Amino acid sequence: MQHKVIDTKEVVIRFTGDSGDGMQLTGTLFADASAIFGNEISTFPDYPAEIRAPQGTVAGVSGFQVNIGSGEIRTPGDYCDVLVAMNPAALRANAKWSKPTATIIIDSDTFDEKGIVKAGFKTNDPVAELKIQDRIIIFAPITTLTKESLKDSGLDAKAVIRSKNMFTLGICYYMFNRPMESTFKYLEKKFRKKPELIEANKKVIKDGFNYAGNIHAIPNTYSIAPSKQEKGIYRNINGNQATAWGLLAASEKSGRPLFCGSYPITPATSILEELAIHKELNAKTLQCEDEIAGICTSIGAAYAGNFAVTTTSGPGLSLKSEALGLAMITELPLVIVDVQRSGPSTGVPTKTEQTDLNQALYGRNGECPIAVIAAHSPSHCFDAAFYAGKYAMEHMMPVILLTEGFIGNGSEPWKIPSMKDYPEINPPIIDKPQEVPYWPYKRDDLRFARRWALPGTVGLEHRVGGLEKNNDGGVSSDPLVHERMVKERAEKVARLANFIPEQKVIGDEKADVLIVGWGGTFGHLYTAVKELHAQGKSVSLAHFDYIMPLPKNTAKIFANYKKIIVCELNSGQFANYLKGEFQQFQFLQYNKVQGQPFIVKEIVDAVNAIL
Amino acid sequence: MKYTPQDFKSNQEVKWCPGCGDYAILASVQRALPEVCEALNYTKERFVFVSGIGCSSRFPYYMESYGFHGIHGRASVIATGVKVANPTLSVWQITGDGDALAIGGNHFIHAVRRNIDINIILFNNQIYGLTKGQYSPTSVLGKVTKTSPYGTVEHPFNPGALVLGSRGTFFARSLDVELELTQKIMVASAKHDGTAVTEVLVNCVIFNDKTHFVLSDRENRADRTIILKHGEPMIFGKNRDKGLMLEGIKIKVVKIGENGITEKDLLVHDATEENPGLHSMLIDMKYPEYPVALGVIRAVKDRTYDDNVRDQLIEVKEKATIHNMDELLKSGSTWEVK
Repeated sequence: MQHKVIDTKEVVIRFTGDSGDGMQLTGTLFADASAIFGNEISTFPDYPAEIRAPQGTVAGVSGFQVNIGSGEIRTPGDYCDVLVAMNPAALRANAKWSKPTATIIIDSDTFDEKGIVKAGFKTNDPVAELKIQDRIIIFAPITTLTKESLKDSGLDAKAVIRSKNMFTLGICYYMFNRPMESTFKYLEKKFRKKPELIEANKKVIKDGFNYAGNIHAIPNTYSIAPSKQEKGIYRNINGNQATAWGLLAASEKSGRPLFCGSYPITPATSILEELAIHKELNAKTLQCEDEIAGICTSIGAAYAGNFAVTTTSGPGLSLKSEALGLAMITELPLVIVDVQRSGPSTGVPTKTEQTDLNQALYGRNGECPIAVIAAHSPSHCFDAAFYAGKYAMEHMMPVILLTEGFIGNGSEPWKIPSMKDYPEINPPIIDKPQEVPYWPYKRDDLRFARRWALPGTVGLEHRVGGLEKNNDGGVSSDPLVHERMVKERAEKVARLANFIPEQKVIGDEKADVLIVGWGGTFGHLYTAVKELHAQGKSVSLAHFDYIMPLPKNTAKIFANYKKIIVCELNSGQFANYLKGEFQQFQFLQYNKVQGQPFIVKEIVDAVNAIL
Repeated sequence: MKYTPQDFKSNQEVKWCPGCGDYAILASVQRALPEVCEALNYTKERFVFVSGIGCSSRFPYYMESYGFHGIHGRASVIATGVKVANPTLSVWQITGDGDALAIGGNHFIHAVRRNIDINIILFNNQIYGLTKGQYSPTSVLGKVTKTSPYGTVEHPFNPGALVLGSRGTFFARSLDVELELTQKIMVASAKHDGTAVTEVLVNCVIFNDKTHFVLSDRENRADRTIILKHGEPMIFGKNRDKGLMLEGIKIKVVKIGENGITEKDLLVHDATEENPGLHSMLIDMKYPEYPVALGVIRAVKDRTYDDNVRDQLIEVKEKATIHNMDELLKSGSTWEVK
């Protein structure tokens, strides 16, 4: 077979296998190596809800897609150029994500009759059955070769089998010409206490690399030049880690210790895990008995003067609804992070969606507006969390931060910022009486925020709670007091618009079409706009980070476009919100509710269809 | 600083029904706090009263202290958050049988399990008062209420048993009418490190009048209750002539002087005994077979949640290689683009 080195700007690799095959780790190590090599990357872990579904079944297939490129990379890619399938089930579940020109690497040892039947194939020829004969398919006996590689290692059979993902990684390092140092460093750190595993894993990777070079079965290897990146120190970061760090950053800038009361829930759990590590930065985490306890311990901590946060996903936000109302009426600073997943109810818990927007905006009893901010990429979660904290504390109110499974789990290289480039956070804490007795709900003129009087301060004893109160803190069921307080609390949220940045547009200020998006779809919408520009189309993008309140210039922007199309991963929640806010405009929609991110092509097609 | 009960009275008008047992507890707490301040060298601004929903949960409004009136069932967790955020505060949770044991049952047992240093006063009137007369998790089997017109068909909780089942370190019981006892218990509760649960049997004059009358009736109270005191023999009765003995694995009521029984044969109360066996039996005692146990039944030493949180923070900080955000941001695997 003729061997070609393909110089390419962008290539997408999808690692798939059984849940126990270590595909998430393989993908992560490959992505890290590529980022360190200097490529731009974007990753997308796509895994099942079951931890270890029956081995060899489609239900148990776990995947990790990474897009690497020499130019700007904003999505993990729609379809892959290389698919790794560690078993027949992985092939069956993922063949549809491979391009017609793709190379598919298969562990042929798993393609015995038993494996093929287990995966649910009707014939003994999976390739023909999937109609993928046109792809370049490489049958490599990965299991056998891994056993051979480690026969003298002294490792037991189980440990040997577990290393086969490293053999696959070695093959990919050959195909994509990646340096292995970062992976070796990772292994040295991870198996510090088990040196035999360091050597074994390194050997398997190298053997996989050499195997790929020797067999001459691999027709193409790829060369992806480093991208031109801004100078600076970089790291890879996923959205949940960035969220946790953004919260820690807000804690540091405000001088308020961080408290996180939370309950484990997919896909938000790793925020709690990350915060739990950082006690050295004064973070206290309390893993609670349930979601309600998560938010209520945080409300208590906020009352006592901590920067309080609670982290969850959709069903957890439902459980927290009543307490959200309490945080809102007591006017305490609190950040609620919702890493959205596919619903309703348990839904498709490991899959991404933007279907909690209505819940975030409206899901409470009584009139209870709450500020809503959305993060638009893995690394943007840092800024989004930081500003959620800043606004919560300075404006004395709960703020909901919406992220998504897609960006929470997805990662990208991030130019490490310096904390000196972030603004101060000045919560309105008072340390002595300004009036006697203290009026807990007295507001400042600018933000309409009340002051934060911390228990333990002499002379500021006061009571807050869920019952309606007058500004002096006295319980009141006076109809006019209630109406005024409802309006004051709403006004406070509305005034946040004076503090958030104006909305920006990518593309021309006036054009035929404005694509409107929010949250984690940014990468796909941005890439679609670039492609449409390349086609010579008059299209711009307004991607919203601030949902409630909306930026003040929103209507002015909308007026500059002939058509507006709102694209989101739900049935039209943001579109409906905009329709209510701006009845003078017509909003077209492009929606998808499949638990999967957008595909760039479908956005391009949707826009072309209305042009 | 010397305080008087007056210092803890807020300017809010108390709005419980006339004759409600809650007034007595409010008075007991307001009398206890000056003593607590003196004993523990506290100042007034350290007190935080947190409540849920129900008649008793209006309590914080009547206290001149920091206060948080929460939502139904969640006082334990709000109080937990307050305490973890600022362990120097003296945190008190005011709750009722519905609030703590029905909607808030889960939070209640977990607070006790964690042994977080808060004081829980559980007002047990065996009824839902604020919603006007439905049965609660402590209503006796067969109780006729608006939602059980033919009598309840479910067994009640014994709050003390839940505390022991959750490895609780402090449990006390009082009667609303026993103001002095309640006051003493409040001081003991404040001094206890860990979750201190005090059940106060309260009368609801409107929806469950005289529910504890068989115990609180002045005439018979001494014969039907026993006030346990650490280190003292278990004696009760109007004439101080009855006592408790252990027979086999059960408690037995005996008469002093009969069958040669003297004070020396009686059980001596040890609230600090870690083994919950005897405490469990004392908590379970019901009239008429037994006198109902009042006073501090259990007060054992154990690590508190707040101690563990603090120690872990110190330990981690001592070993930390990361001291601020900039260091965190640059930690781990990074690379430079030149």
